Amino acid sequence: MKIAVCMKQVPDTTEIKIDPVKNTLIRKGVPSIMNPYDRHALEMALQLKDRHGAEVVALTMGPSQAIDILEEAYAMGADEVYLITDRKFGGSDTFATSYILSAALDHLGPFDLVLGGKQAIDGDTGQTISSLAQHMDCACINQVLDLQVESSPAGATNSNPTVTVKRKTDEGVEVLETTLPLVCTVMKESNKPRYASIQSTLDALEHEAQQICLDDLAALLDESKIGLKGSPTRVQKSFVPERCAEGVFIEGAPKDQAHDLVEQLVEAKLLV
Amino acid sequence: MTLLYTKEQKALISLVHDVAEQELKPYVAQADRDGKCPEELYEFGFDLGLHLVEVPKEYGGTGLDYETTAMIFEELAKIDAGYAITFVTTFVALRNVILAGTPEQAQYFADVVKQRKFAAFALTEPNAGSDVAGMRSTATKVDGGYVLNSTKTFITNGGIASIYIVFCKTDFEAGAHGITAFIVDRDMPGVRVGAEEDKMGLRLSNTTELLLDDVFVPEDRVLGKVGEGMKLALNALNLSRAFVCTMGVGIMQRALDEALAYATERKQFGKPLASFQLVQGLLADMAIKTEAARCVVNNTMRLMDAGSLVQLEGAICKTFVTDSMQEVVSNAVQVMGGYGYSREYPVEKLMRDAKVFQIFEGTNQIQRTTIAKLLANG
Amino acid sequence: MQETNDHRDIWVFLEQFDGQPKQVGCELLGQARRLADQIGQQVGAVIISNEPQDAIDMARTYGADYAYVIEGAEYAQFTTDAFSEAFEHLCQEHKPEIILVGATANGRELASHLAVALEAGLTADCTSLTIDPETATMAWERPAFGGNLYARICANTHPQMGTVRPGAMPVPDPHPNENMQVIHEKFHPSRMRVKVKEFIEDLKDQGVSLQDAEVIVSGGRGMKGPENFKMLEKLAELLGGAVGCSRSVVEEGWLPASKQVGQTGSSVSPRIYIACGISGAVQHVAGMDHSDAIVAINQDPHAPIFDVADYCIVGDVFQVVPALIEELSAQ
Repeated sequence: MKIAVCMKQVPDTTEIKIDPVKNTLIRKGVPSIMNPYDRHALEMALQLKDRHGAEVVALTMGPSQAIDILEEAYAMGADEVYLITDRKFGGSDTFATSYILSAALDHLGPFDLVLGGKQAIDGDTGQTISSLAQHMDCACINQVLDLQVESSPAGATNSNPTVTVKRKTDEGVEVLETTLPLVCTVMKESNKPRYASIQSTLDALEHEAQQICLDDLAALLDESKIGLKGSPTRVQKSFVPERCAEGVFIEGAPKDQAHDLVEQLVEAKLLV
Repeated sequence: MTLLYTKEQKALISLVHDVAEQELKPYVAQADRDGKCPEELYEFGFDLGLHLVEVPKEYGGTGLDYETTAMIFEELAKIDAGYAITFVTTFVALRNVILAGTPEQAQYFADVVKQRKFAAFALTEPNAGSDVAGMRSTATKVDGGYVLNSTKTFITNGGIASIYIVFCKTDFEAGAHGITAFIVDRDMPGVRVGAEEDKMGLRLSNTTELLLDDVFVPEDRVLGKVGEGMKLALNALNLSRAFVCTMGVGIMQRALDEALAYATERKQFGKPLASFQLVQGLLADMAIKTEAARCVVNNTMRLMDAGSLVQLEGAICKTFVTDSMQEVVSNAVQVMGGYGYSREYPVEKLMRDAKVFQIFEGTNQIQRTTIAKLLANG
Repeated sequence: MQETNDHRDIWVFLEQFDGQPKQVGCELLGQARRLADQIGQQVGAVIISNEPQDAIDMARTYGADYAYVIEGAEYAQFTTDAFSEAFEHLCQEHKPEIILVGATANGRELASHLAVALEAGLTADCTSLTIDPETATMAWERPAFGGNLYARICANTHPQMGTVRPGAMPVPDPHPNENMQVIHEKFHPSRMRVKVKEFIEDLKDQGVSLQDAEVIVSGGRGMKGPENFKMLEKLAELLGGAVGCSRSVVEEGWLPASKQVGQTGSSVSPRIYIACGISGAVQHVAGMDHSDAIVAINQDPHAPIFDVADYCIVGDVFQVVPALIEELSAQ
């Protein structure tokens, strides 16, 4: 089995603060991390590798510093890691990004399983992996909690095993059945990601990530559909939300505060 | 960041930071209250390979230098120094066997530790603390080995170790030259763990008595030469002394981080605490001491990597770092006021944890005496 | 070069569960009506279902001009293959200008596939929708970076697509259109590579769901421990509401993640939102600032929650909440 895990380097959004004077985002000093959801996708791949034997390939598209998360992926147990990087890829929206990723997977593949996190914590779109599946014309399941590949009887090789997937929906959990190849987005609840060890972290630093650039994918890509120019959506403007409610302060002892609050809510017809 | 870290060092610090934040931090307050580190918390430490970081590759370790090892344990000590010391004590014991023992002894000791087991160093006795030569433990020569009788106290990892280095007197007439070190297994007949200390701080560190009643050890368990135990002990102390300093820096950094975060968030008279000059003074003093301490520790580690025994430098480092710690943790409590004193917040624990650093691995009074002696002797 | 555009109208996908159309459907119909009126175009509902009737009724109640209905047993449960192929078929045939989909688990998946199939620009999780009356170009506003930043996004394609988070838009007043046209189309998906074998209901979340609640009483780290949420449950019960919480409460393990309000939890817009011992981190505020009225109870007068609150009570939650319970019980 050959498994690809698509990951993204993101700013640690829990560390982001707002400059109270300029009302802008302070990005300085905010560390870049592996998207937390992607860590669970990698763990799912590594567990399948532990159970059935598999080659796990981790890849990310981004600038050269994104190599940090690939080193982490290698230290956790990925067999090979790839950085997809090219100046012409810059500015890609989810459509263009998923298109480039599909070409890279085509270039490195074929893969039996492609996994990614449910969403990235910076953009929060949750679209890239699902869009990737459509580009690849591959079956896709999002919000996966659990994925089991039917084991083949000892000695036999099952070329098309049944895959049973638990998927989180808004109402509960669905049990789905399908076959490979398959694309999935993985939920945090699916597993507890392993840590790298001190030794494997050192090994990962020794290992050099492979790079894939536009030239490598030229035969597989329509250049008019990548980068800022090839992206169907465009960010017009970004801004820090304004928050300025004119709140009424209710003073007094707790008992009086409670009384006044209820009275004011009733007056405002919020409470009957 | 004070030091010029290599890429490798940055990666390891970040790894230990992330794991300790997730796997240790949430459990520290309760474990501190209980005075016991739950056994399952050791798992992530072993998974990381903390027990083998400094151990040479030929014995199955990672083979990191002292400098990098110190950085890792500083980071871990930011979350809990008692937890960190459990692992430090283990690899320091193994290092001493590698330095003083035969290759077979080193392999044997390493093989035990590799099975995710702790080691301990049993030197102190109820009536022999700083005065090592005053110890009462005896090792009596018998056919094929020695019979040990001993009561050791304040033994770090005493109750959780699987293997010990124990110091006993083989010759009562010879004073400091009558002490010999032995490798003792936990499961040898006559080895007993005594009472556990109920300590003020470092409560995740296991500290117990160790009792040996007529414990027979074969000849090949003598570590180093008979009668040279004192030298071995002092060399070992140089090493562990340097490592408690790195943990001290971790505690100081944590105190600074907590106080700074609080002073930035907490508002009084409509302004954050950090904007008041007297508070700024406290914070600046903390940063000065912390940064200086880190530099001194780093220098000591680099000297050790270069082969120095750091007799003088280590004593200076220990005294400076652990004295500075007291001021830094106390300032943290001061900055946080009532919240600093409250058990709801972590800084009162840092203050409790810090005190013992002036006491163990040679009290700071003994260190000063040593410094003065070494200076005078040039 | 002026591209000719034969795309028209604003379509809303009405997702159903067990035959019931989801509430986000009418939230989107309300938006679609408002936007369509600005550009003089029509609102179309898209219903792909084995039992479409309730969804057709919803479309009519909330003022759609027409509804496309693809009916069939293969649409009893959502599958990506069947739904995206069927929806794509409708788009190819009838060329909508704008498509709105609820950002549910299924909606996100459907929209992602459809956008690639149609080579259309897709904006996820929008919280505000505006349109240029001249060009019919949508400006999609959405949060990013955990709600710390908002982006306004436009697409240069036809159709323009967006998903909208349930609860982000108000439920509109009914605006029935008895003349709504119902257009049935036949379509069979060419393949269904994934089969739904079983559905397990989430038994953990009984009671009033956060998104449906008219009143939400929410607790933060200031509640100090899980046992103190009993007090909030009591207050919520008196007000006929539900209990929510901030992210730190989930991280502490005091309440399950399903109770979390905020950027990474649920977005809610109840009539009254009562924040108890919540400091008001942006990540939390992003999920509740559309509430009609926000009440904040916090000891720290400088807590950021008071910047968004309509009713501010500086005080100890452990005194104010019991006082409120007493006050409400007395009435």
